[in-house]
Amino acid sequence: MLAQKLHLHDKNFLAWLAILSATVIWVILYNVIEPFANWLTYGLLALPQDSHLGQSLAFFFYDAPKLLLLLCGMIFVISLLQTFIDAQKVRAMVEKRGEGVGNLMAAFFGAVTPFCSCSSVPLFIGFVQAGIPLGITLTFLITSPLISEVAFVLLIGMFGWKVALLYLISGITIGMISGFILGRMKLERYVERFVYDIKPRSGVQIALEEKLTWRERINRSAESTREIVNKVWLYVIVGIVIGAAIHGFVPQDALTGIMGKDAWWSVPVSVLIGIPLYSNPAGIIPIVSALLDKGASLGTVLAFMMSVIALSLPEMIILRRVLKPQLIAIFIGVIAVAIIITGYLFNMVI
Amino acid sequence: MTTIKILGSGCANCKRVEQIAHKVITDMGVEAEVIKVTDYAEIMAYNIMSTPGLVINEKIVSTGRIPAPVEVSSWLANALETA
Repeated sequence: MLAQKLHLHDKNFLAWLAILSATVIWVILYNVIEPFANWLTYGLLALPQDSHLGQSLAFFFYDAPKLLLLLCGMIFVISLLQTFIDAQKVRAMVEKRGEGVGNLMAAFFGAVTPFCSCSSVPLFIGFVQAGIPLGITLTFLITSPLISEVAFVLLIGMFGWKVALLYLISGITIGMISGFILGRMKLERYVERFVYDIKPRSGVQIALEEKLTWRERINRSAESTREIVNKVWLYVIVGIVIGAAIHGFVPQDALTGIMGKDAWWSVPVSVLIGIPLYSNPAGIIPIVSALLDKGASLGTVLAFMMSVIALSLPEMIILRRVLKPQLIAIFIGVIAVAIIITGYLFNMVI
Repeated sequence: MTTIKILGSGCANCKRVEQIAHKVITDMGVEAEVIKVTDYAEIMAYNIMSTPGLVINEKIVSTGRIPAPVEVSSWLANALETA
């Protein structure tokens, strides 16, 4: 028994040691990127400091490694936190709450749990089966895709903490309020009947109680970080290439007229354009950054980004399995309005 | 015979789990049947909330993630022992 315990401690210790050394390497790398990018562009390639190509390249050589490093590091930390939470636990916590507090909790947990669009249906059915009100269930279903950990990390990397937090808080608020309103609208009749008829199978061992050791948590987080970064790195690079091109070649303030604060119609138009579009959050943010650079306003750009990642055609097709078209239409409408209001708010405040 | 069920609507993650299951079965040289469960009503009978789900002999062993092959082989070995 004692030997076994020691063994476990050793393994945990080794895992922590690996994290410590990874952190040290990470910090060193992060600090040499900028001088390296400048040396590469203006030293090795000898491009003039004020040339378009030089500026574009320096932007690329700096941003690409910086964002990829940030992604690896922060997604790992977020994944580690996520090993403590899963949909089952969230359901158990939300189950006892009524509307209001329930919406707040569902929005919060929707933001922190990882989202996979293929899980929306099981999630929806699981919540409804437990007797959780429709509005609270929809809150979770809105916030979960709206707040993407990848988008959050990239926002930190490109615009800093404040904008990332603004995104997080406004996403939670949008999910909470839209879900609450949808709940008040008494839309239960637009949920497909079969959802209410599903009965758990007998003889199935349902409980999946897992007690994870730190080593397992660390391993799993490393694994899911690898998955996520594998999935998004190409989008980030392509996004940065486009961003770098805009950065270097499009004149300053070119977009002020169409996407600036004074163009009042730009928020709803951006949101409407974003609804059917679907892009990986990773691909859109570098482009967003370039748009901002050229005079588009933050509220407009954030609203566009949120509508692209929260509402998409593929997601709606999946939800159609459990929701009738009327409910899907109302769902899209309420969220779109909430995002538009948020966009205006940002444009007013900032 | 041992049955392994992959619960999921057929997204990329579910396909990865299926591949891993097949690989583990071949590597261990055991006889097991792999069944894909794509119908939501049937998936939800297992009361899981995130896919892909992996079920070995009617016991849920993992949900909402892609388990590592080592994990799958240890679950499978366990299932063979108790069977």
